[in-house]
Amino acid sequence: MAYSEQVLDHYENPRNVGSFEKGDDSVGTGMVGAPACGDVMKLQIKVGEDGVIQDAKFKTYGCGSAIASSSLVTEWVKGKTLDEALTIKNTAIAEELALPPVKIHCSILAEDAIKAAVEDYKKKHQ
Amino acid sequence: MQFDFNQTYFTLFGMQQGFAIDTRELDQRYRDLQALWHPDRFASSDDTARRLSLQASTFVNEAWQTLKSPLARARYLLRLNGIDTQEDTNTAMPMDFLMQQMEWREAIAEAKSSRHLDELERLGAELREEIAALEQLLGGQLDVSQWDAASTSVRKLRFLEKLDQEIGDAIEAVMF
Repeated sequence: MAYSEQVLDHYENPRNVGSFEKGDDSVGTGMVGAPACGDVMKLQIKVGEDGVIQDAKFKTYGCGSAIASSSLVTEWVKGKTLDEALTIKNTAIAEELALPPVKIHCSILAEDAIKAAVEDYKKKHQ
Repeated sequence: MQFDFNQTYFTLFGMQQGFAIDTRELDQRYRDLQALWHPDRFASSDDTARRLSLQASTFVNEAWQTLKSPLARARYLLRLNGIDTQEDTNTAMPMDFLMQQMEWREAIAEAKSSRHLDELERLGAELREEIAALEQLLGGQLDVSQWDAASTSVRKLRFLEKLDQEIGDAIEAVMF
């Protein structure tokens, strides 16, 4: 199966690969996994005191589509508030990357990863 | 001749419904049933009988494939109890499990890039132990009808099987 140009671009030049210190109070960590394909995704957000996401990092083990989906959302969440970040939908990710139907689960994984990261951050600041 | 397509796979093989099964007995009964329903035996029968034999032997095949694999067997038992294992939709695995998955992937990638065959084989042996332990845990959960816990174990098993495949691929890549 051929990957779209958008997927290849993110796959060959992934943005924001790496990690933040998990214990840092300003960091929210989301980890999710897709049993059907064994993909594992870690997505972290660094949140400013104004509640805006300043930076994001990811580490993903999986296919090109999973890597591209996580790379894309780390770009998208920057500059967004936590609530805005929660509105990112997998359908938008899939559309941007022109994912074929069999790869939709990769975009779902990325959406779930953001949600998990925001939830982790909120839990730290209750 | 008649064939009951609504019976469970366990009934078909004359076995008690449960995770623990005797695989030798399963294989023996599979061969008996396949011999009984094989389409070759019905080559000169009428259309109805030929169609029935084809459908029956397909059913027998699916039943055997399902019961001989621990993962498929567990999934089937859960389905019989009305539980969907959500392998395509549930991404919320326990955090420590996912961390461990990352560590496995890193170890495999490192051993592969340094062409460390011994290390890959050691990882493979360690993983097989982990799979055996998880299958045992899963069996216990199914025995006492802990469906949610069993579903989680099925999803974990999918990850471990994927790792097993990756170790196999890495060993092949290093050897050839």
